Amino acid sequence: MESTILFAPLLGAIIGGFGWRVIGETAAQYLTTGLLFLAALLSWVMFLGFDGEGYTVSLMRWIASGELSTDWAIRIDRLTTIMLIVITTVSSLVHLYSIGYMAHDDHFGEHGHYKARFFAYLSFFTFAMLMLVTADNLVQMFFGWEGVGVASYLLIGFYYKKPSANAAAIKAFVVNRVGDFGFALGIFGLFMLTGSINFTEVFAAAPHLAETSITFLWKDWNAANLLAFLLFVGAMGKSAQLFLHTWLPDAMEGPTPVSALIHAATMVTAGVFLVCRMSPLYEYAPEAKQFIVFLGASTAFVAATIGLVQNDIKRVIAYSTMSQLGYMFVAAGVGVYSVAMFHLLTHAFFKAMLFLGAGSVIHGMHHEQDMRNYGGLRKKLPLTFWAMLIGTLAITGVGIPLTTIGFAGFLSKDAIIESAYAGGTPFAFWALVVAAAFTSFYSWRLMFLTFWGAPRGDHHTHDHAHESPAVMTVPLGVLAVGSILAGMVWYGPFFGDHDKVNSFFGIPAHAAAADAGHGEAATATDHAATTEAPAATDHAATDHAATTEAAPAEASHEAAPLGAIYMAADNHVIDDAHHAPKWVKASPFVAMLLGFLMAFQMYIRRPDWPAKLAANQRPLYLFLLNKWYFDEIYDFVFIRPAKALGRLLWKKGDGKVIDGTINWVAMGLVPYLTRLAGRAQSGYVFTYAFAMVIGLALLLTWVTITGGEN
Amino acid sequence: MISADIQTVLPEIVIALYAMGALLAAVYTSKDEVAPLLTWLTGGLFVVMAGWIGYNGEGVNVAFDGAYVDDGFGRFAKVVILLSAAVVLVMSQEYMSRRGLLRFEYPLLVALAVVGMMVMVSAGDLMSLYMGLELQSLSLYVVASLRRDSVKSTEAGLKYFVLGALSSGLLLYGASLTYGFAGTTLFSGIVEAVEGGASIGLLFGLVFLITGFAFKVSAAPFHMWTPDVYEGSPTPVTAFFATAPKVAAMGLFARVAFDAFGAVTGEWQQIVAFLSVLSMFVGAIAAIGQTNIKRLMAYSSIAHMGFALMGLAAGSAFGVQAMLIYMAIYVTMNIGTFAFILGMEKDGVPVTTISSLKMYSKREPLRALAMLVLLFSLAGVPPMVGFFGKFYVLRAAYDAGLAWLAVAGVIASVIGAFYYLRIVYFMYFGEETEALDGKMSPVLWVSLMASAAVMVVGVVNLFGIEPLAAAAAATLVN
Repeated sequence: MESTILFAPLLGAIIGGFGWRVIGETAAQYLTTGLLFLAALLSWVMFLGFDGEGYTVSLMRWIASGELSTDWAIRIDRLTTIMLIVITTVSSLVHLYSIGYMAHDDHFGEHGHYKARFFAYLSFFTFAMLMLVTADNLVQMFFGWEGVGVASYLLIGFYYKKPSANAAAIKAFVVNRVGDFGFALGIFGLFMLTGSINFTEVFAAAPHLAETSITFLWKDWNAANLLAFLLFVGAMGKSAQLFLHTWLPDAMEGPTPVSALIHAATMVTAGVFLVCRMSPLYEYAPEAKQFIVFLGASTAFVAATIGLVQNDIKRVIAYSTMSQLGYMFVAAGVGVYSVAMFHLLTHAFFKAMLFLGAGSVIHGMHHEQDMRNYGGLRKKLPLTFWAMLIGTLAITGVGIPLTTIGFAGFLSKDAIIESAYAGGTPFAFWALVVAAAFTSFYSWRLMFLTFWGAPRGDHHTHDHAHESPAVMTVPLGVLAVGSILAGMVWYGPFFGDHDKVNSFFGIPAHAAAADAGHGEAATATDHAATTEAPAATDHAATDHAATTEAAPAEASHEAAPLGAIYMAADNHVIDDAHHAPKWVKASPFVAMLLGFLMAFQMYIRRPDWPAKLAANQRPLYLFLLNKWYFDEIYDFVFIRPAKALGRLLWKKGDGKVIDGTINWVAMGLVPYLTRLAGRAQSGYVFTYAFAMVIGLALLLTWVTITGGEN
Repeated sequence: MISADIQTVLPEIVIALYAMGALLAAVYTSKDEVAPLLTWLTGGLFVVMAGWIGYNGEGVNVAFDGAYVDDGFGRFAKVVILLSAAVVLVMSQEYMSRRGLLRFEYPLLVALAVVGMMVMVSAGDLMSLYMGLELQSLSLYVVASLRRDSVKSTEAGLKYFVLGALSSGLLLYGASLTYGFAGTTLFSGIVEAVEGGASIGLLFGLVFLITGFAFKVSAAPFHMWTPDVYEGSPTPVTAFFATAPKVAAMGLFARVAFDAFGAVTGEWQQIVAFLSVLSMFVGAIAAIGQTNIKRLMAYSSIAHMGFALMGLAAGSAFGVQAMLIYMAIYVTMNIGTFAFILGMEKDGVPVTTISSLKMYSKREPLRALAMLVLLFSLAGVPPMVGFFGKFYVLRAAYDAGLAWLAVAGVIASVIGAFYYLRIVYFMYFGEETEALDGKMSPVLWVSLMASAAVMVVGVVNLFGIEPLAAAAAATLVN
């Protein structure tokens, strides 16, 4: 079953990408979509039947080089199963949605063949993402990590005839390289210090790393902190955290389904997944965690402020994504990895839906993306409107305060804010609360501008606005269900109930954890466990668990901690969050309400206010509109010097020095010498004799000076 | 005793007697009418002698009290000389007959020159050295001016003679100095005299000797006769000049350097390296300006001699081996190239301008292709055999600590590649102006194709020449 989930998308990508000329574009679309739905179905079966005990399925021997030896294996635990359902569900729905969305595309003309390629890319992306989350070692994870990078590049630049799309694709790729460099350094460091890249062994060595120091950049560092930080740099790139975030808004150049799949629900959450996966390491890296909290909170705040004033519907959602990723990192940073995963899960539903809804609006409005040209679309696009409304309610966190009844975002986001408070970082707490108010404001602003008010912009476009076909609205419906229920259903296992959390993630109770860490290796890589027949799915997990416990622990090593995530014995943030004061628990709701009222006031009751405010506070407005001038600063600090250096080396170094020298020798010096030799060859015997005598004299002089005994 | 000595020099005696006998016989019979027959006969004799020397020779045989040495090195050089002379003779027969150039003296003069060369490479005494050298030179002066009615040809012969006389004088003076300071003309005696360091007088003698050799191998700055003589002589004679005498002179050079002055390698190494680097650059740079393919080949041979001298400059057994391999490859390449040049004609008149080759590939694709292979090989482009020749000498120089010389050689070969490639460019991309016509005689065609094929096929094992050259070098350097 594990292999089927993993390889079905790859199969689809290969057949769809290379075989569409044989089977036809339509068949390629249905094939890839069908395979994805199969993977999604199996993922749900696995998720619901999973009992929390992790196991590993070894596929093949992968790398054996010196001390580096690793298998290609699928690691199944709670984290993986969560990611599996998120990826395959969103991906399959996006595939389905794309059949409608990509049906006609002006970019490729009447007879352009692009659909099969698009679907192949989507499936390839899904495969790479699954590789990433099922990885059992860091290199395999890095393989998937780079795979999604490539797929992302291909999909952002899908409209390759558009210069801006190419630029965005390159930007995404390059910015991610910066992060990947950190990630790679982290992997190297872990391998250097632990001699292994397998999670089990790396985790087992984490307590030891916390007491090791390592020299890096002329300075001694605590190994655990440094490596955790380096890995987080990778996560920053992939998850568009502050300083490495500039690619995400530009990535909206890709087709909207791509934005929904890659740049909202799955790939950008890879960084969060990485931090949660490496939780046994992060638990020993308090400074690195602190850094994550600060950066996450700052990201959430900055992105929310930028989102307030953007006019492109996709960019608003993009900044919203960035902001929500900041929330997740705050949760991971304070040590409540389960809550980070919780928000990741719920966010995947409502953000994918918002994007697909936005895509539906764009599709209906003939690829108009500026919200200032929308308005009053409630009647024209009723289904889309309802879906977007649900998504907005979910993202802003609507629910009944102090209970566990509400939309998905209400439960997960409030959990994060409470954890941030309990984590003892007032800055993070307040930044997140303010960001929540902003979130509410810009989300409602988007709704009001799009669906309420009078139609603005081109009449013609509005007259022809139409609801999207069923293949596009059905995915919206499915995601809407998730957006409403996901929070309430899984509140307990992710956050609400301590025991449920432990059993859900396969963690022993706190008291036991400290001892148990040494005794057994339940999650240790079990090479004996081979792939079970897919039919035995439901029991497979239990069987594996049984064999695993029987397997002898690697005696010489400290065993890795149990469970999909690890929370140190002194990590009580969840409990503290449960006991947070009432005003803390109510604060996100109040913030949401404030944001909503503000938006209502400005865009429904007094639509003239926004313009006035922008005029009044022009510097602030421009500052936000220009995204805190990050692009401009980077352009000035990095891009221009790099280009100048490149130009210097190209024109001066390559052109003048290298080419110049060769040209001078080949076209100046040698011909000159040739003419000289030609002139010497006069044809007169006496000249020749003279030359001989001169030569003889030279040689004799030479011998006289250097040689001889006496 | 004397019968054993005769036994050792029998090949030379056979050829000399043949030449004299044939001369008499031809004079008293039909003179030039037998010339074609004589040419083929002489060529055949060379091949037989080469086989005899190659298969029968064994060990080191010293004759005439050390004045003549028959060893592996000499035999290797002799086989190369004999075979190349045979092929060049046979190649030229048709060409010369057609133009009324083929006098019956021509093959016999070549035979006498070859005898001189054989003596040169086997010389063990300054006397025999000079005898061989002069026998060769005098024969060559005559064949250079074979075309008596042509001003250019006579001019070439005269220039060659005058400058040759000068060089002979220098060489003789060097021999006298050496004799004066060493007290003997025997190489074995000279070696003993320089044991533990040569006196400045001996070194002067050595330098004068080297000057004479450098003239014969046309190493810069004693090279200036080469282009004029190559251009003025009839093309078959040029082909001959470019092959066998070069091998002989190089062999003689090595013979004296190691047999007579082997104990003071360091003294002549610098001089040879100097000659080498100067030759390579002069050959490469001056050739660029040439429009006549025979002049171009003259400069090409100067550059190639520079590379061969690089092997010699290494002063090691491997260096001599590299030099021998280089010379063998060089001779093979040149035979093919001159076969091609001999086939260049328009309306029955030989053409030697390079520009006449423009778009030659359209008219004669196979010949153009063969020439391309040969030119690539001359330029030292891998995987042609010519590359391996260069590779050997470069390695020898590098191993001997002459890295600067190897680097200079690489640079020179880069510059030199230009003019070889320019011919290729003309043949394949140039604009057709004066198209060549005319057929090649079968002998020329076979020579050209065989030579080109060797350049390609030879990469497999260089036809086993490597161990032979190594063995030959081992007998010289010990």
